[in-house]
Amino acid sequence: MSDTKLPCDVAGKVNAICERHGNNPGELINILHEAQHLMGYLPEEMQRMIARNLGIPVSKVYGVVTFYAFFTMTAKGKYPISVCMGTACYVRGSEKLLDEFKRVLGIDVGQTTPDGKFSLDCLRCVGACGLAPVVMIGDKVYGRLQPVDVRRILDELE
Amino acid sequence: MKILTIGDLKAIRDRAAGKLQLREQSDLATDGRCCGLNIGTGHMQVLICGGTGCKASSSHIIGEKITGLLQEKGLSDRVDVVTTGCFGFCEKGPVVKIIPDNTFYTQVKPEDAAEIVEEHILAGRKVERLLYLDPKSGEHVSDSKHMEFYRKQKRVALRNCGFIDPENIEEYIARDGYKALADSLLGKTPEDVIDEVKRSGLRGRGGGGFPTGVKWEFARKSVSDIKYVVCNADEGDPGAFMDRSIMEGDPHSIVEAMAICGYSIGSSNGLVYIRAEYPLAIHRLQTAIAQAREYGLLGQNILGTDFSFDIEIRYGAGAFVCGEETALIHSMEGKRGEPTMKPPFPAESGYLGKPTNVNNVETFANIPVILTRGADWFSSIGTEKSKGTKVFALAGKINNVGLIEVPMGTSLREVIYEIGGGIKGGKKFKAVQTGGPSGGCLTEKHLDIPIDFDNLLAEGSMMGSGGMIVMDEDDCMVSVARFYLDFTVEESCGKCTPCRIGNKRLLEILNKITEGRGTEEDLKTLGTLGKVIKDTALCGLGQTSPNPVLSTLAHFHDEYLEHVRDRKCRAKQCKALLTYSIDPKLCIGCHLCAKNCPADAIMGDVRKPHIINPSKCIKCGMCMARCKFKAISVH
Repeated sequence: MSDTKLPCDVAGKVNAICERHGNNPGELINILHEAQHLMGYLPEEMQRMIARNLGIPVSKVYGVVTFYAFFTMTAKGKYPISVCMGTACYVRGSEKLLDEFKRVLGIDVGQTTPDGKFSLDCLRCVGACGLAPVVMIGDKVYGRLQPVDVRRILDELE
Repeated sequence: MKILTIGDLKAIRDRAAGKLQLREQSDLATDGRCCGLNIGTGHMQVLICGGTGCKASSSHIIGEKITGLLQEKGLSDRVDVVTTGCFGFCEKGPVVKIIPDNTFYTQVKPEDAAEIVEEHILAGRKVERLLYLDPKSGEHVSDSKHMEFYRKQKRVALRNCGFIDPENIEEYIARDGYKALADSLLGKTPEDVIDEVKRSGLRGRGGGGFPTGVKWEFARKSVSDIKYVVCNADEGDPGAFMDRSIMEGDPHSIVEAMAICGYSIGSSNGLVYIRAEYPLAIHRLQTAIAQAREYGLLGQNILGTDFSFDIEIRYGAGAFVCGEETALIHSMEGKRGEPTMKPPFPAESGYLGKPTNVNNVETFANIPVILTRGADWFSSIGTEKSKGTKVFALAGKINNVGLIEVPMGTSLREVIYEIGGGIKGGKKFKAVQTGGPSGGCLTEKHLDIPIDFDNLLAEGSMMGSGGMIVMDEDDCMVSVARFYLDFTVEESCGKCTPCRIGNKRLLEILNKITEGRGTEEDLKTLGTLGKVIKDTALCGLGQTSPNPVLSTLAHFHDEYLEHVRDRKCRAKQCKALLTYSIDPKLCIGCHLCAKNCPADAIMGDVRKPHIINPSKCIKCGMCMARCKFKAISVH
């Protein structure tokens, strides 16, 4: 793991979060949830810091971060795109939709465009199955999309 | 106010009953006539679905607009605007219901708010264009109870969803809420309660189908200073949203049931393990817990007894395996969600090594109503070995996508063709997948079997938590199996070899088949390897993960054979097996396809038939979607 410095205010907040949970290793997942809110992801230095505060090996923290899909170690784009790959969306064509996003943006799932504008992810069911296939961009839900709509939506955001 | 006695509880119930009575009466019967403030109606209510699905279509803005308009007109005291949980009919959302005439408006948009207020609420004229159009009769249906979607449903676990304001504890109390808790604490021994639950025949709704009362009894018998009641709200099946809807629509039923469970097994500590991806459900649950504390229904010495109970929320972080109870417990302890061997069962040694009882959301939602209406009432619904009802998230290629609840024993045909309104676009039914990644696909010949735990298991599928995905002739069953395996491989925790490596091999073979490189030998390997994984994997996830492959292999063997022998995909889903071509007789040379082809694979002069270069074609289908002359075909 490389050693990059966290911004000062973020470091302070991470310490405060750990403190609030009594530096209890049993609270690790709740701590990681809150810590991920700070920068949108969990950089390595942040994980080291949490490990130090809780008095557990950093491998434990890393093990938990990489185990759960909700935690990420890469920065998200300005417009984080999540294509629903739940079964209901899948049978209504979300895989083709995902392919089109990949093709137009030139990135794979889990990556961010070099300009930091878009990142692409999959998620499993947002529960708007009546609108399948569904894509979430930020907090906004786009329903009943077809591959031909992809470019238009991206253009609108740019 | 703090509720200290049963008298206090009754007083609140009586106070809130008026509002609810109007809703209950109109739910039972209306004369079909439209009500309006200007034509003599004294009081009206507007119920707006505030579930995740309808909110995604701006239902909250509709609510704000209607409230604003009513305020402008000084009618706020004559019309209540209530945000409810899910009505279930997600396909037609957002849903708005007007009481007392029980008019059910579908696909309402924020810009319809003014018309609903002016026309319906004031003038007493229904807004016809927003009424549900029955596809069979071609007529508008204004009352939901006359819709085919609702007619065969029986709402037990969902009894309050789409009916009460989930953020108002008094509306829940008015529906006999917390009565079961009060009756248990004040008049029954823990053994009485467990006995009632056992007699009801309730089985775990999370997928396993283990008798709930028996589970409680185990936890009761474990001797320990501390015990835990855990609600499993980590709904991981992709495409299923039963538990989320219950938490969003009726969170107090979970709070009440957990307290009852605590009393029965001798625990004062409740924990809800919920998906972090469910922000609205979390919010509603937090609100419900806070209100229950405020009213003294959680906390120290509930209703003046020596029973104390409180609930904390723990967040999941997106791991399907955490639906397995031992994995869930590890995750709550802040660790990787890896399962462990049973025994010891959580009832003996669970969270932090203490006896722990884990039940799923829908199981808990059934508890209060079983106790208020009795075990005999509950066990009169359903089949011999599966009592009560089951909630399903009906989705896929079906006309009426939504959340439904039917008595156990209802046939798949009734669910798909009556409640679900049949297959979308008049296509041919091919399969229905139940049980999510742990379940299997059932076919036409299974349509008339009564749905219950044992019947589905006997046919190679399972009840699971209630996901029900309908597929039509355009779905490739090999691809569907691959889709589920892809999910399992991603979600396997990696602890045991059969699941970690075996499923990966299954996926590789399926990929090979869908890419046109499969052999008949591969089909045999799929079958034997699948059975080995089933027999040897450590936990429920691994033991059920080959089900989608094995069931499709059994029921759609021809389709697999076509892929490996003829290199054909009849559903036209497996790209590697497809060829796109342009019919020179139909192509007018408009050049639209070439312009839209992302791979520059289409050539031709304007006004002359075009051709596709197969070596460049990436088979995205964009040309076919764009062509206005149906000149492009795929085979």
